[in-house]
Amino acid sequence: MAGSQWELPPELCCRPMAFVALTGLDVVYNAVHRAIWDAFCANRRADRVPISFKVLPGDHEYPKCRTKRTSYEWYIPKGILKTSWMNKHLNLVPALVVLFYELDWDDPQWKEKQSECATKVEIVRTSLQGRNTKVAVVLIQKKTPLPPGEDLVASERASALCNACDLSGKSLFVLPHTDHLVGYIIRLENAFYEHAQTYYYTEIRRVKSHKEFLNKTTHQLLFVRHQFKIAFFIWISSTNAWLLSYFVFVFVFFLFRYYKTAYSLVHELRAHETNMLEIKTMAGFINYKICRLCFQHNTPLDAIAQFRKHIDLCKKKIGSAELAFEHAAWMSKQFQSFGELFDEAIKLGLTAIQTQNPGFYYQQAACYSQDRKQLAQQLWQAGVSYPSPDPLDTQSTGLDFYGQRPWRQGHQKFSGVCILHKHLFFLKSLQELIIALLSNAVAQFKKYKCPRMKSHLMVQMGEEYYHAKDYTKAVKLLDYVMCDYRTERWWALLSAILSTALRCAYLMASVKDYIIYCMELQGRASTLKEEQKSRIEKNLMKVLLNEIPDPEPECDPSSVAAARLLWSDRMALVGSNEFTIEVQDYIPFIQCKAKFQSPSFHVDQPIQLQVLLKADCPHPVPFSKLAISLSNQEYNQWCVLESTGQDSMILSPGKTKCYNFNFVAKTEDVGKKIEVRGVFLMLGSDRGRCVFLSWRGAGGDAASTHEALQASRSSWRWVRGLEANQEPHWDSVSMQHSTMIISRVPKISVELNHQPPALCNEMYCLRLTVQSQEEGVAKDVRLTAGLKPGQDANLSQTTHVTLDGSVVCDDTAAALLPDIPLGDLKPGEKLEKCVYVKCVSTGLRVLLFHVAYSISTTVEGQHIICKCHKDETVAIETVVPFEVSVKFVSTKFEPLDRVAVDIPFLLMTDILSSSPWPLLLASSSLQLLTMTNDVLKSSVLQTGESASECFCLRCPPLTNSNNTVPTGQYLVSWRRQLSCSDAPLIHTTVTLPHVILESVPLYIYADLPSFGRVRESLPVRYHIENRTALVQEVEMAVEPSDAFMFSGLKQVRVRILPGSEQQMLYNYYPLMAGYQTLPQLSINLPRCSTTNAHSLRRFLPQRIFVKPQGRQLDDASIAAA
Amino acid sequence: MAVCIAVIAKENYPLYIRSVPTQNELKFHYTVHTSLDVVEEKISAVGKALGDQRELYLGLLYPTEDYKVYGYVTNSKVKFVIVVDSSNTSLRDNEIRSMFRKLHNSFTDVMCNPFHNPGDPIQSKAFDGIVSGMMVQTG
Repeated sequence: MAGSQWELPPELCCRPMAFVALTGLDVVYNAVHRAIWDAFCANRRADRVPISFKVLPGDHEYPKCRTKRTSYEWYIPKGILKTSWMNKHLNLVPALVVLFYELDWDDPQWKEKQSECATKVEIVRTSLQGRNTKVAVVLIQKKTPLPPGEDLVASERASALCNACDLSGKSLFVLPHTDHLVGYIIRLENAFYEHAQTYYYTEIRRVKSHKEFLNKTTHQLLFVRHQFKIAFFIWISSTNAWLLSYFVFVFVFFLFRYYKTAYSLVHELRAHETNMLEIKTMAGFINYKICRLCFQHNTPLDAIAQFRKHIDLCKKKIGSAELAFEHAAWMSKQFQSFGELFDEAIKLGLTAIQTQNPGFYYQQAACYSQDRKQLAQQLWQAGVSYPSPDPLDTQSTGLDFYGQRPWRQGHQKFSGVCILHKHLFFLKSLQELIIALLSNAVAQFKKYKCPRMKSHLMVQMGEEYYHAKDYTKAVKLLDYVMCDYRTERWWALLSAILSTALRCAYLMASVKDYIIYCMELQGRASTLKEEQKSRIEKNLMKVLLNEIPDPEPECDPSSVAAARLLWSDRMALVGSNEFTIEVQDYIPFIQCKAKFQSPSFHVDQPIQLQVLLKADCPHPVPFSKLAISLSNQEYNQWCVLESTGQDSMILSPGKTKCYNFNFVAKTEDVGKKIEVRGVFLMLGSDRGRCVFLSWRGAGGDAASTHEALQASRSSWRWVRGLEANQEPHWDSVSMQHSTMIISRVPKISVELNHQPPALCNEMYCLRLTVQSQEEGVAKDVRLTAGLKPGQDANLSQTTHVTLDGSVVCDDTAAALLPDIPLGDLKPGEKLEKCVYVKCVSTGLRVLLFHVAYSISTTVEGQHIICKCHKDETVAIETVVPFEVSVKFVSTKFEPLDRVAVDIPFLLMTDILSSSPWPLLLASSSLQLLTMTNDVLKSSVLQTGESASECFCLRCPPLTNSNNTVPTGQYLVSWRRQLSCSDAPLIHTTVTLPHVILESVPLYIYADLPSFGRVRESLPVRYHIENRTALVQEVEMAVEPSDAFMFSGLKQVRVRILPGSEQQMLYNYYPLMAGYQTLPQLSINLPRCSTTNAHSLRRFLPQRIFVKPQGRQLDDASIAAA
Repeated sequence: MAVCIAVIAKENYPLYIRSVPTQNELKFHYTVHTSLDVVEEKISAVGKALGDQRELYLGLLYPTEDYKVYGYVTNSKVKFVIVVDSSNTSLRDNEIRSMFRKLHNSFTDVMCNPFHNPGDPIQSKAFDGIVSGMMVQTG
């Protein structure tokens, strides 16, 4: 095949190694030799020297060396490089021949063996006649040798052997066959490598020496050949580092020569043409090597630059026009191999970038292969015929030189035709090559984030599959990328891809695909010309009538014939005549928009749905059915439009058609949404073929969102609005895909009467008035009243709703009373209802009053029963009606922090009203632990007023050790004063605080009049009680006072028996008027140190009011006062 | 002188494309479209680094065998792409820059037209004239 001559020869691609031949080894029958050979062959890792070994028999014939030319004067080279040359030096001509021979230094038959060895060396030398190949001898010995210098016999015999074999001392080796075989072998190897290098250096020098004989006019090719050979020898024998620079040098040199050759041969066109191919072939080889080395040395930029230079120089060297395809093939191969090199380097760790990755090279390679195909096809069409006999038959013998044509040596005849025909024969495989290259490129571009490049290449692949007549794959690929171009809105590209896809669909007779592509190609996104659209539409109509469409232009006539057969098969097929096409993701030639006229409809209104259709194709389109699928299937029957009989409905090009549907919603659907699930448009008829265009939702397609956005931005929309013609502007029509069915507007009034705020715990009354304004009877009126759901969870625990206001409800009453039947309401009738709410805690509450009823009405002749409802909500603040405060005081109204047992004290309560409404306190009672005492009787408290009570209490003696005791509860019964008299009383209980008790050992109290009079006797009797179980000794003294004189015991000491009391009588005689401090009674208990005089004194009155002395005359009147 | 000049909207659809050898218009469409890969990559790379102080001129996007593609992105993410023949080595970077600047100015004028709806394809005679001035003159 035409490409094979540029396939890189394997010798060039492998790593070249010095060739060393081993002779004298019997690897089949001798175990020792086998072990030695294995040690040479096995484990050849990169760290070992690059040698390729071969076992050859001692009398092996090496390639004959041609007699050396003494003069090049009459020599005209036939080509640049022989095809066999590289192989010869890699695999046939050794750099070193090693003779293995079993011989110990102390061998008894030393003489004989020495001469046998010499003979063997001689045989090898003879067969290498004329070559510079080195010869070395390895003695395989059984004994471990002594260190050098110690074994005198050995050194003597070694030099004798060297002389006998005509070897230098460096070429004689000893291999003791002992445990350390591998170690010895590696040392041997290194020595061999040095010898081999010496050989190659000699070769280089030899090649260089030819140069002086060369003649610049006739030996251009030899210059190149010699340079290549030198590079090749260096390559074998040296490390990579300076090899690269040498190859670069060779390349530059080569190109230099190439130009000169090209110019000098420009007159002889034929020679030029033949030469061209050879030069390009060799340039390709050398370039490949340089790029490969650059990548190996991690200088990818150098590789790329080198490749560019190469391509730029060779790109224009096409040769004759007939051979342009050959040049394209060569270019393709260059790009492909560079791409592969690049790719390989990436696999070894190189990082590529978006704009410089192997994909570009694969793509370019594919591009050249496409060119090649095109050029070849042109030639084929030009009617170039194949010569006979086939000149390419000679190819089986192989070519002498790289890049030459097989017939050149024979009949010197030039013709591109031969290659062309060979090439056409392989056209199919060429397509495979292009596709493989493209898919390589796709993989690369995918890796380097070039989605658009990838799409573009996939389009090319699709087209290639189309040319290869693999339509299924083509359509699959094109379909895949189409939507990318569609979403990016590149219409020109989309149209081009669609046209290709349409051809594929036609040739496959794939009806559904054909219809889809036709639809989109006629649509507004298509950039096709009007007449093409018109042709496509005619074809589509034919398909709808179940006829064979006209072939697409640009289709291969033979394929068209095949396609016709396929189509007629399809036509004959029964059953597959209905298609549903989801057009949402395409841009079809019919646009659809559905809209509900309002986002919500009351259930007693008809629902209005409008469907707008617009055709973008050049001719009117008839359609036979329009159907809409709604979320509730039951409505679908109202939304169908079907053509009756012969006349079908027509969509005129560019005109918007509007179809209206009205239907009545079902009462069950109140509160639900109705959605347009899909719009179906049927093209064609049952007689031919029907196609359902199906839009999901309310229509629109892949392009309509953007169009709507543009329309909304447009400054022209106001102007369009002003035109106000009958036809709405298409783009500005917005879709409304769903509507809500809401309940009928209630015609009743709901009023609430109440007096906020609510008081805590009271039965708060809300009076609800419902009045009907309906024309018919509102049936089954129901009320739901109570706490509006969705508030704080605690509120529902502390709110109780009841209809019975006569008693205070308990905690079991619910927070919301649902569906309280209220009966029917006639037109104009009024209805009242009281709802009582008990709020246990303070705070804001939202109450809901929901009045629902049903009424029958007529819509569009349909009799329906509508449910209506009206909601009222009210926010109510709850406040505390009054505050109760309680305090304990002594009989002297001094605040008490503790209460003495069995001694009277006072309990004072205060009720302070904080209600804005007057409160009626019906009663209050004190519930002590032992007794109950009702006191307060009906009194009214206004805001801020307070009601106080005072109770005198006495605590019984302690029964236990506990010194705090509960006192009891205070109960207040109340209600609002304004509420009706049958409203229940609310009982509020206030728990009284605990008191701290103390027991006193001695209790003392005084009997004295409420007032005294100056200079009148004031008898005071002190009672002293012993509350302990012990006899108490009491010391008492009365301290003198300025305001009083007194008579009685001034100082006394008494004993009081347990439980008994002692009385002390004093007669005080006041001397001054006004509040006077009584004489201090000091009491001391010598036996009970815990109680001091001070604590006892608090029981005694401190002061007394002394009236001034009255006039004697008025004594009676004063006494009366 | 350019062989193809394109204006691409923010959303990457073409607002204007004109190429000289009209017979191979599609190829230029593909070239411009694929160059958007590089434009997007460059925008996202620059966006991270410098914020809004970025250079509008993106330079050579990628070379193909036959053409060189240059890019330019306005602040509103509208892209300009100029395709130049590879063989045309006389064009310097500065000249390309000035072409883009001229194009940008003319584009701004188009946008200032109150009757132009941004996002619609450009149909301005003045813009056409400017573009024609920058294109390779054929025959």
